[in-house]
Amino acid sequence: MDGPGDVFPLLIGQSALDRLMPMHVRLAPNGVIAAAGPTVRKVAGPIVGRPFFEVFQIRRPAGIGDMRALCATSGERIRLALAAPPCTALRGFAVPVGADGGAIVKLSFGIGLADAVRDHGLTDSDFAPTDLAVEMLYLIEAKGLVADELTRLTERLQGARDAAERQAMTDTLTGLFNRRALEASLDRLIAARRPFALMHIDLDRFKEVNDTLGHAAGDHVLTEAARIMLAGTRGGDTVARIGGDEFVILLPGLTDAGAVERIAERIIARLELPITFGEHTCRISASAGIVMSTAYADPEADRLLSDADRALYASKHGGRGRATLG
Amino acid sequence: MHGLVNRAIQCFLRDTYGDAVWQTVAAAADAPREGFEAMLRYPPATTEALLDAAAAALDRSRDSILEDLGTYLVSHPNNAALRRLLRFGGVSFADFLHSLEDLPGRARLAVPDLNVPVFELEDRGDTLHLTCRGGSPGAGLVLLGLLRALADDYGALALIDHAGDDEGGDIITIRLLDQSHGEARRFALAPTA
Repeated sequence: MDGPGDVFPLLIGQSALDRLMPMHVRLAPNGVIAAAGPTVRKVAGPIVGRPFFEVFQIRRPAGIGDMRALCATSGERIRLALAAPPCTALRGFAVPVGADGGAIVKLSFGIGLADAVRDHGLTDSDFAPTDLAVEMLYLIEAKGLVADELTRLTERLQGARDAAERQAMTDTLTGLFNRRALEASLDRLIAARRPFALMHIDLDRFKEVNDTLGHAAGDHVLTEAARIMLAGTRGGDTVARIGGDEFVILLPGLTDAGAVERIAERIIARLELPITFGEHTCRISASAGIVMSTAYADPEADRLLSDADRALYASKHGGRGRATLG
Repeated sequence: MHGLVNRAIQCFLRDTYGDAVWQTVAAAADAPREGFEAMLRYPPATTEALLDAAAAALDRSRDSILEDLGTYLVSHPNNAALRRLLRFGGVSFADFLHSLEDLPGRARLAVPDLNVPVFELEDRGDTLHLTCRGGSPGAGLVLLGLLRALADDYGALALIDHAGDDEGGDIITIRLLDQSHGEARRFALAPTA
């Protein structure tokens, strides 16, 4: 060995070594642990006098099972663990000491520090004053708190965003989807090339209710109409109010125009039943226009909506209270 | 201003004086209805308005409120996590005091953009003079309350006083009379699950 330490040979006692390096083990030439620092003893128990390679398992580099191989690592980092539970992971390096083949192995917990501190109940005094272990524990805890806070903030923001999105997609009076939501659903269906039916419904005689009984009655009728349309469709259908008394229903997966017409007729029949508002009875009806996406080679949202609108007006001109296939 | 500061004031008022007082202060200071987010930023004027509104609502001086805020940060059970982080600063109160110059660095390790004052510690025989510069206005008073509560936490008996301002910095004097005057609250490096 060379270096300044060998120019001025140093005789150091075990207690000084313990204070300088609470996590070291001194190995005799035959591989038996001759001494161990106080923190190693706290972690590994009474190990002095036992063979180093029994107490510790060397994991990397592979194939280190005797003193000759250990000394040949010449200061390279070795990864090892306690052989006995909780099998605490350690890192360290070995420095050959003396002429007869002994060595000192300096150990640390590395990235498993927090687990080791918990498993072995370590305190500040188990680490050398220069050791950054306590700073690392502080950092782990502080960063954990900040990360938790950020996670909660993200969840709150996500919740607020979902609520805002729902609100932006909802017709406040009826709770149905609004025009924006309808357009989004329609675009999704077209992009996914899923067949669907589109039904445009306009209430008949709604204006009379509004004019004779007032807006409160009108609002009540709209709410009832929304309920009837929801009841007459499936959970996956989109029922939207797109104007005063105008509604559009998207029915994904339906390709049988006859079936869609029957759905429309059933909804219209239900809408024609008297609706009670206080002591008044409101009577309305509805006209519908239907288009089937399968009738188009390349369905476009605007085209489907305007064709459904045209079919709706055909129903109006044909005497109301009916559905027309566009 | 870092949301942590506003959030601390909010929690202090709510936990100490009740939700009604906090709602009054929040309304007077035009604080966000849902309260402050610790990880967002707010204009400095918001913190000023908050402190003014708290002083008016409680009919107390801003200084005494700031000092109580410091005490609250260490001693209230809701702040167990912050107390733990502070206790990493030293094994005894004396050790902690000597690590005070590291405190801004520690705070920045946790929250890089927190505006923490710079501390200078001067040992004058039996008294430590702590100068606290920069940071948010009133930070020295919060520190005063925080140090008094921490002395208790460590079980130490200390006289801690605000000795005035010096060129814009707060001066706090600390006379440590007895390191182990009372029983220290438990602190282990590993958090209890």
